[in-house]
Amino acid sequence: MSEYIIKNGHVFDPVQGIKGDKKDIAIKDGKIVDKVGSGAKVIDAKDKTVMAGAVEIHAHIAGPKVNLGRIYRPEDKLFSCTATHGMERMGSGASIPTTFKTGYEYAKMGYTTAMEAAMPPLFSRHTHEEIRDTPIIDEGAFPVFGNNWFVLEYLKNHEIENAAAYIAWLLRVTKGYAIKVVNPGGTEAWAWGLNCLSVNDPVPYFDITPAEIVRGLIEANEYLGLPHSMHIHPNNLGNPGCYETTLDTMKLAEGFKAKNKFGREQVLHLTHTQFHSYKGTNWGDFESGAKEVTDYVNKAKNITIDTGNVTLDETTTMTADGPFEHHLTGLNHLKWANVDVELETAAGVVPYIYSPNISVCAIQWAIGLEIPLMMKDPMRCFITTDHPNAGPFTRYPRVFKWLMSEKARETQINAFKHKDKVLSQTSIGSLDREISLYELAQMTRAGPAKSLGLTALCGGLKPGMEADVAVYNFNPDKPVANPDDIEKAFSRCAAVFKSGVQVVSNGEIVSNGNKRTLWVDVKVKENAQVARDISEKFVKYYSMTQNNYEALGHNFVPNPYALEVDATQV
Amino acid sequence: MTKTITDVICPFCGTLCDDLEVVVSDDGKKLLEVYNSCVIGTEKFLHSQSPDRVTLPRMHQEDGSWKEISYDEAVEYSAQMLAKAKKPLMFGWSSTNCEAQSVGNEIAEISRSCCDNTAATCHGTSLIAIQDAGLPSCTLGEIKNRADRVIFWGCNPAHAHPRHMSRYSIFPRGFFTGKGQMSRKLLVVDPRITDTARMADVHLQIEQGKDYELLNALRVALKGEWLPDVVAGIPSEKIRETADILKSGRFGIIFFGMGVTQSLGKNHNIDEAIALTKDLNEHTKFSIMPMRGHYNVTGSGEVFAWQFGFPYAVDLTRGFARYNPGDTSTIDLLTRGEIDAMFTIGSDPGAHFPISAVQHIAAVPSVCVDPHLTPTSGVSKLHVPVAFNGVECGGNCYRMDNVPIDCRKVVESPEGMLTDEEFLIKVRDRLKQLKGVA
Repeated sequence: MSEYIIKNGHVFDPVQGIKGDKKDIAIKDGKIVDKVGSGAKVIDAKDKTVMAGAVEIHAHIAGPKVNLGRIYRPEDKLFSCTATHGMERMGSGASIPTTFKTGYEYAKMGYTTAMEAAMPPLFSRHTHEEIRDTPIIDEGAFPVFGNNWFVLEYLKNHEIENAAAYIAWLLRVTKGYAIKVVNPGGTEAWAWGLNCLSVNDPVPYFDITPAEIVRGLIEANEYLGLPHSMHIHPNNLGNPGCYETTLDTMKLAEGFKAKNKFGREQVLHLTHTQFHSYKGTNWGDFESGAKEVTDYVNKAKNITIDTGNVTLDETTTMTADGPFEHHLTGLNHLKWANVDVELETAAGVVPYIYSPNISVCAIQWAIGLEIPLMMKDPMRCFITTDHPNAGPFTRYPRVFKWLMSEKARETQINAFKHKDKVLSQTSIGSLDREISLYELAQMTRAGPAKSLGLTALCGGLKPGMEADVAVYNFNPDKPVANPDDIEKAFSRCAAVFKSGVQVVSNGEIVSNGNKRTLWVDVKVKENAQVARDISEKFVKYYSMTQNNYEALGHNFVPNPYALEVDATQV
Repeated sequence: MTKTITDVICPFCGTLCDDLEVVVSDDGKKLLEVYNSCVIGTEKFLHSQSPDRVTLPRMHQEDGSWKEISYDEAVEYSAQMLAKAKKPLMFGWSSTNCEAQSVGNEIAEISRSCCDNTAATCHGTSLIAIQDAGLPSCTLGEIKNRADRVIFWGCNPAHAHPRHMSRYSIFPRGFFTGKGQMSRKLLVVDPRITDTARMADVHLQIEQGKDYELLNALRVALKGEWLPDVVAGIPSEKIRETADILKSGRFGIIFFGMGVTQSLGKNHNIDEAIALTKDLNEHTKFSIMPMRGHYNVTGSGEVFAWQFGFPYAVDLTRGFARYNPGDTSTIDLLTRGEIDAMFTIGSDPGAHFPISAVQHIAAVPSVCVDPHLTPTSGVSKLHVPVAFNGVECGGNCYRMDNVPIDCRKVVESPEGMLTDEEFLIKVRDRLKQLKGVA
């Protein structure tokens, strides 16, 4: 494999504590190394910013609900189609791009790893087909567990060992990465048209509460010692006053400590925190609860969060929170798609327009920015748009602009129709913090990589790590004349390397790289009861046979990268 | 000695049964018996063993006779045809696996083809309605475990999806439906007294072509508003009674078929059916699902969507994907005579399209990739027989509820026969040479 040396760039790497020093980054055989020979290809990064490849911790980019969005929204393709050119296949879609376009867009912005945030286990084969067709970036997928009948039944009786054995089995057959929980219990209730809006609402028939599900899954996660923690979208998303449910959910993690060999410190990852930080009692007195939520997170060291920034675009919401999407279609009267998945989960899809002329949308925008600006530790707060729910991932550079420049925020606030309401219902106007490039690298590289248990692999530029490197046309020595320059610089990289292969040059794709599927292979003690329960459920209640359920390697996961976990000695 | 292969997937209809057992000879070359499948599925498996099966590509000669040629010659003809054509059409895809569809999409992209699947003649209208109104749906296991109200509207699963009712919709005893058939009310809406209608608790024998009116009347009845005495041939009391049955269930489902999607009103009927489903969700839980026909027509829509962004009727001739049914859809392209080459795979348009469309297929350079002899192979210039997908090779397929199931290979194909995917890869590679693409 070729050798490269990226010369004279301003390097930002939280893993080694490098804060913009001029430094050369050497690449050999797909890894970062101390030095390379004189024959190495030189990439001139003078006056440029060099960071590790960015890590996406939560996005909906592959799988059945994403594709349902593509199928039922031809209007999303208006003015967003791209032609075949060079290495690139055709693409289309603004809020839900096709798989090829997804891979190219991430790579062009310097992202090299991404996690699909919700994989219905029954559809794992579909999710993996799309992941296979998404070029360049390494991807993993989180199977959803929070409404799974096995989990509900085991945790009702607090059978952690059985729940853990089942989780290990499901991760293996679906080639999954982590334990995802969406509206615990509420989505099962949705199968009867009901919901669980607090952590204490009992789940119909199963007679367990969301609180018991959350605590049980944290315990099972730490019992197994998985690379990532339990990753949760709590109950009561998106409703005024929901911040209290969010606090109740986070309190469930009190007393738990991370137990794993991957360097992860949190036991709970709270996702798209913006959607869970609302105060008020209705849409009229709707206000920000960002302070209450971040105050708690700042103190609770065993929690990490991501933001879920609203980008003020027309987009497509999609979530395994089935009842929420039904609620949303009642609010905006746009077309509603729903899929209930037997024994496991559900999902809904509804288009949404975050209009800067609507006060609620503008307040949501402000809350999304307040959260990272109020978080003291950037290593525990990661930037996402919950793509495509709060906005498409292609808007990350714009979110960076808002975070890095108070002036850019001011410009946007002044453009809102209900500016006064935004200022009175949130504290965005009084926040003068500007995120530095080092903090940005923490929030988009080192932080999410650590939270995912991938510190040995990515998120930094330490010799020995994967050579995932992004070079931006951004000179940190020069004051920013116009905040839009930040957005422009982070939109298209000067160069990107994925595992030592140059995939982007001057904003153009030059290689499809060597894409891998990340998954977690957990070994557990043989558990006859769980094996029997699984086969019984397939015989009696699933609509397919157990032998056809697994996502096998040959076409679904052609290039796997398994993180091995041994939980047989627990 | 024989071998029994279990958990075999049936490559016939959208029900995609995956519990078949197939007995093959010890050397894996002969398929002997098929268990658990319906009569159509059994025939599909056994047909692969037919002694008069075509095993070599054949060119249609001037005098109407056929001349056997090699696969290499067939690849050359197909690649040349696609390379020369200004507006080729690649149609079908519903009876092949997703891997082959994926390669086909690459070919379509290089040759700037129009591509379409058999939704053109069945549930394309449903897709348009879904794009208008959304789709509250679920997987088939949810029906098995929860549904106590099942409607078959304009479809006859007793004949078209024979195991649908026993596996998912009427008879199975699921988790919350322990009494099986006894725990469900079956409603059938059909102008004909079909074998499905004969089993119904309520058969609404609707006037032909009045589906929209009846769906609309049911919505009115749900809201308790005024109705005329008779709508679509059904008395208003009966409509109100039906609305009450639907409302009083715990979990309901509307399955609909060609009777509503291809009769008067087309996509507007489905718009209304989706609106009815949405309205019913104000009272209880309700879903709706198209009864997809071919075993992988759903998969074709999925692959088109994640690669190009649209589920069918995709036009790549401008170098990027366009979608405009009526303009870019197959039958319209053919009847307007816009197509200058036709590539058919995994489908039989010759048997199902209007004659004016089929005449155009016969008039242009054409390739038909199909293991069977069909009306389409008969009018095409080149017929390329291939291995039976789902019998002689595996590959991923999508059930009518979008659940993917990986098909199994159970028996060897006749020696030297290519699969769909293998043939397409050869065509793609040759086409790349001709077009000078890397």
